[in-house]
Amino acid sequence: MSRNECIAMLLAGGEGRRLGVLTKDLAKPAVHFGGKYRIIDFTLSNCVNSGIETVGVLTQYQPLVLNQYLGIGSPWGLDRREGGMHVLPPYVRQKGGVWYKGTANAIYQNIGFIERYEPEYVLIISGDHIYKMDYSLMLEQHKRNHADATIAVITVPWADASRFGILSVDEEGRVVEFAEKPKQPKSNLASMGVYIFSWRVLKEALIADEATSPSSHDFGKDIIPKLLADQSRLYSYRFDGYWKDVGTIESLWEANMDLLEEEPSLDLYDRDWRIYSVNPNRPAQYLSPEATVLSSMINEGSVVEGHVNRSVLFHGVKVGEGSVIEDSVIMPGAIIGRGAKVVRAIVGEGAVVGEGCQVGSAASEEIAVVGSGDVVKLEKPLEEANPI
Amino acid sequence: MKLPLMGVINLIHETEEMGSLTASRCLATVPFAGRYRLIDFVLSSMVNSGVPRVAVFAHTKFRSLMDHLGSGGNWDLHRKQNGLFVLPPSMEDMTDFGKGDLYQFYRNRDYFARSGLEYVVVARSHMACNVDFAAILDQHREKGSDITVVCKKWPHAQTGLTRKVKLDAGGRVVEMQDHFGRLASDLVSMEMYIMRKDLLMDLVETSLAQGKDHLVRHAIVPRLSELNVDAYMHDGYLGVVNTIPSYYRHNMELLNPDVWNELFFRPGPIFTKVKDEPPTRYRSGSQAIHSLVANGCEIEGTVENSILFRGVKVRKGAVVRNSIVMQNGIIGENGRLENCILDKEVEIRPQQQLRGTSEMPFMALKRNVI
Repeated sequence: MSRNECIAMLLAGGEGRRLGVLTKDLAKPAVHFGGKYRIIDFTLSNCVNSGIETVGVLTQYQPLVLNQYLGIGSPWGLDRREGGMHVLPPYVRQKGGVWYKGTANAIYQNIGFIERYEPEYVLIISGDHIYKMDYSLMLEQHKRNHADATIAVITVPWADASRFGILSVDEEGRVVEFAEKPKQPKSNLASMGVYIFSWRVLKEALIADEATSPSSHDFGKDIIPKLLADQSRLYSYRFDGYWKDVGTIESLWEANMDLLEEEPSLDLYDRDWRIYSVNPNRPAQYLSPEATVLSSMINEGSVVEGHVNRSVLFHGVKVGEGSVIEDSVIMPGAIIGRGAKVVRAIVGEGAVVGEGCQVGSAASEEIAVVGSGDVVKLEKPLEEANPI
Repeated sequence: MKLPLMGVINLIHETEEMGSLTASRCLATVPFAGRYRLIDFVLSSMVNSGVPRVAVFAHTKFRSLMDHLGSGGNWDLHRKQNGLFVLPPSMEDMTDFGKGDLYQFYRNRDYFARSGLEYVVVARSHMACNVDFAAILDQHREKGSDITVVCKKWPHAQTGLTRKVKLDAGGRVVEMQDHFGRLASDLVSMEMYIMRKDLLMDLVETSLAQGKDHLVRHAIVPRLSELNVDAYMHDGYLGVVNTIPSYYRHNMELLNPDVWNELFFRPGPIFTKVKDEPPTRYRSGSQAIHSLVANGCEIEGTVENSILFRGVKVRKGAVVRNSIVMQNGIIGENGRLENCILDKEVEIRPQQQLRGTSEMPFMALKRNVI
């Protein structure tokens, strides 16, 4: 792949409203996942591992944490003399400026950025999803089909199909119908929000869409249907690996738990497809003589003096003596006090579960959440409270 | 804050009896504490203290050193101004290898002349410690010392090889002897010497001109009566890691949480080369207690009182006890290790049992399959 044959535009302005307290101060792509990572690590690593080394990251909602995390892209090897990673927030022009009004408008506002690289193809991805994918294979297929646009698709359970953009395709994989979140889905092939466009076609479509009123300026709702109506060559690209939109507390918890299966379908240990991230540079984790750890993932710098079962612990977590953590996700720097019990819960970054407290329960349907930096305390000191 | 102090990590003729651990690498890059190399401790201490410029005098077997240090980015030393300089031996012929470290200072005198920093600290790589050089420099200036030697009360002299030091009542160094000397003292030198740069260059040139070529032995020790050589007492943790028993012992001491906290976090964090390993995976049936485990491991068996480096696999039924397993080691099913040190990438076949003692651990060479 020559340097600028294909560049990537990564949509990272997602608010992640349904993640509640976990996205109070940060955008969804910056949410922690998998004991070490933030969600955006997966798409950035995919780009690098696929040989795409020019990546525009479009930010808007709560960008401070994300900006600090991304830096100049060095953790992913994207600090390049030419190309590399660029953070692209909305900006003011001579005639004023506006926020990104939709996914398509965000790219429209950055036509100038893209043109600086004169790419033939543009990969549009989002920082909201967890998956490992070789975009270079998708690009090859795009070229083979002489496609105007290629949409990555994954088979989803029929019951969930109405939550996605659903495609109907012919036997050659050409898209014949597209419906955004249909009530009666005609297929169970869902769009992953991963698109490769021939830039010439996309640029025209973006300019046309911008002039259209009303439009929500969205890829799924506006651009793709319009291209389809215009008889453009739209193809699907089948992906059969692990892919997850961690848009809710439930799905974020589930995706973490997926990693603890005996043979997880998302393999983080594949040396040929590493997921890069900002390294916290902490010492090796310490397990005390009383600790027990079963079916769990634990990151560096953690100190475990209690009992951990089927859980994911990020870096710098402290698990106090006699405490129990089950079916939970404990984010960086969180402290679980002595004798505390955390079950079916997500404990946010830097949160404290005080001595003897209980968060969540095995019987509960819902996943309990302790927000970043929150402190859970017993009303009475431990000695006076009922033992747990 | 930036200190007017440049660092030299001197790897020339480091005192060591590390056997196979230094067969293919220099002492500075012996893996330690699950994810570090020995040099990380002094290098991170310098960076955390505000030392802006660090030279490493590489000498022998330094491929792993170059690989580890790279451009210094992991220590924030890839800088336009100052930063990291790895200075390999500048020999004219092979006989120069045997010559003392003063030659290396002399041949790199331009490097020292070019820096505007007023002071130099010359250190070794094999002290596992977390030191604040700013405090040492403060004392050096307050006392008006010519040379400040960082020292430590050290009752463990039997495991590591250290220079012994004797002070007078005012804290001035009156006697210093190599590790084999008969000087009775429980005070040891941490081999960190702070002095003005122009004094260092004076010592270098004068000593060489007198036919002497070792910095400490020839330039400092004979001048203890004419220069003000004062001790700075380090009260944090110290591991002198240059023999196999001391290597084993100081790794194992990290299983004490107080030592773990002190060495890794106070006063600053210890940095190392980043490897992008995923978190460690404990599978059902794993039993890991009282251990230090780095990232990227997969544990299905039993681990007790042990140090596991990055990417170690402990298969079903395997037992690792009182052992140190370096990067990417594999302990096959039902394998048993007791008091062992496995160098990098060692594979222990299923059912295999290996056993050493705490005084003389069983050593497996790099990439051995046993």
